[in-house]
Amino acid sequence: MLTYTLRRLLIAIPTLLFISLVIFLLVDLAPGSPLSEIPLTVPPDVRQRMIEAMGADKPVVFRYFLWLRQFFIVEPSYLVDSWFGTDLADGQQRILSWQSRAPVFQVIGERLPQTLTVIGTAYLVGVLIALPIGIYSAYRQYSLFDQFGTLFAMIGFSVPTFFSGTLFIIIFAVWLGWLPTKYNTQLNVVDWASFLEQLRQMALPVMTLGLANAAAISRYMRSSMLDNMSQDYVRTARAKGMTERTVVLKHVLRNSMIPVVTVIALGIPSIFGGAIITENLFGVNGIGAALIGAINASDLPMVQTLAFIFAVLIVTFNLIADVIYGLLDPRIRYD
Amino acid sequence: MTDPTPRAAAAAPLEKPASANRAIWRQFRTHKGAVFGLAVLTFLVLAVLIGPYLWNPEKLSVAKAMAVRNRPPSWQFPLGTDQLGRDMLQRMMQAGKVSLAVGFVAMFIAILVGTTVGVLAGYFKRLDGPLMRLTDMFLALPLIPLLLVMVMLFRDTIARSLGPELGAFVLICLAIGITSWMQAARIVRGEVLALKEREYVLAARSIGAAPRRIIWRHILPNVVSPVMVAATLGVAEAIITESVLSFLGLGFPPDFPTWGRLLFDGLQYMQLYPERVIWPGLAISLTVLSVNYIGDGLRDALDPRIRGR
Repeated sequence: MLTYTLRRLLIAIPTLLFISLVIFLLVDLAPGSPLSEIPLTVPPDVRQRMIEAMGADKPVVFRYFLWLRQFFIVEPSYLVDSWFGTDLADGQQRILSWQSRAPVFQVIGERLPQTLTVIGTAYLVGVLIALPIGIYSAYRQYSLFDQFGTLFAMIGFSVPTFFSGTLFIIIFAVWLGWLPTKYNTQLNVVDWASFLEQLRQMALPVMTLGLANAAAISRYMRSSMLDNMSQDYVRTARAKGMTERTVVLKHVLRNSMIPVVTVIALGIPSIFGGAIITENLFGVNGIGAALIGAINASDLPMVQTLAFIFAVLIVTFNLIADVIYGLLDPRIRYD
Repeated sequence: MTDPTPRAAAAAPLEKPASANRAIWRQFRTHKGAVFGLAVLTFLVLAVLIGPYLWNPEKLSVAKAMAVRNRPPSWQFPLGTDQLGRDMLQRMMQAGKVSLAVGFVAMFIAILVGTTVGVLAGYFKRLDGPLMRLTDMFLALPLIPLLLVMVMLFRDTIARSLGPELGAFVLICLAIGITSWMQAARIVRGEVLALKEREYVLAARSIGAAPRRIIWRHILPNVVSPVMVAATLGVAEAIITESVLSFLGLGFPPDFPTWGRLLFDGLQYMQLYPERVIWPGLAISLTVLSVNYIGDGLRDALDPRIRGR
């Protein structure tokens, strides 16, 4: 298991380097050098330091390694400094946002919790809806419930989140007036009332993202259950006289969960993409909204860093999915 | 004068075997969702292609257009008018043409790249490792952020050389195409790996056929079915991706709208005129739904193991 995990980890490193190269070259080779886009309001000495930090007078390869160094050495050492009060970073130039002149990672640190709260809840809700639907659809294949489940999944696949989200706003916020249209990022949860308020404002984005994910996961659960239902060990379990409940919920479910858990872990990266849409629609002040804000303001360091953060999240969760799969299914490990 | 009857009578006992296409169509028809999808998609395509000739209201002067702003649906404006007095039905048809065109062109690029990579990786053992590693890396790319960055960085340059409309079209099709070929490549590679071991490929190789000829003559015709299914689903994917870009304000310019752009424009007026968001959203969802159903039906119809049962 350890070698398997290590091997996966080693594959993740070149992948991350490749992605960082793609993102770096995309921004670097784009027409109009990033330096010409530094706003004129930036004071000359700061501009000079930014140019040096980017190594703008050096060749491309050199700049790429400089960028990597800033991303993987300078910024983490600032993080360690802020945790333990050490002085590793030694006042080196950080990646600065052109909009706010604040370090990019500070902005990301402020915004990541918002994204993770909404996305995490949405995904959890999605999984909790999807699993029972998938299990029951498979158990009663071709029943009325199953057909409704199929229709629900097909619609969930096909209606893009930006449209379902808009529909939810129109129905629940505009017509019925039950829930607020916009997410209030100033809200601090201190007591019961503000907690309820937080729940109310999270309801729409969570519902939008959760339903979209539930559609796909319920399908996987159903087909995985169906694969296992016709296996010999199920007949054996029934022949031993076990109750239907034990057979389905213990024997079949446990074996069916192996691929589904992987699919759930693999689905997490795509939900970050969906978060960009819902955050903009509902005004959640997360990293997706930060990306769009940075793009509209041509804030290249911010855009570059955020795009790479998304890549890091994707690779990390793919890695987690691989490791979980290896843990659950021994056949994978010795491949 | 010749009499055709004797020959026909002689042929009658031998029932003519149904052509493969007819068998596929017969299987396809049994899938209700697929037939529904095909009908809806045909209707939408006809509506955006022929509709503009049937429904061609005269262009209003600015003063007249201002007088008919934000009208509800009526006989003069079946879907109402927008905040600049433009006829929504006409705009929906124009937008649909662009949306569908983007879907098909981007899918075509993606399938072209994907099939090429898949065939090369599957057929030539030496290329398999590097190409599949590349595919895995592309799969790990953060797609939407990357597409947004691409549009942001290259929009102005391309617009300057090709004009804002064609520029946006070319840029978005290319961007979507080169970031969504990976699924097709994986499917094709798997098929080619299996086909390569078949006897008829071995026979072709043993009489000295060059790899190029084997690929064109023996391998490619046999991967058409999975590629067609992937292509169908790719259209849906491309339409959604394009509308996401437009929805985030980084797609097509407002005077050259797509359904996603119309939805984005309607968002500001959502509270007063929700129908302006609902029409384009419904159009996108219906297109994607019908394309997905067609893909489902095609998958069953093209699979000889399911067909004819």
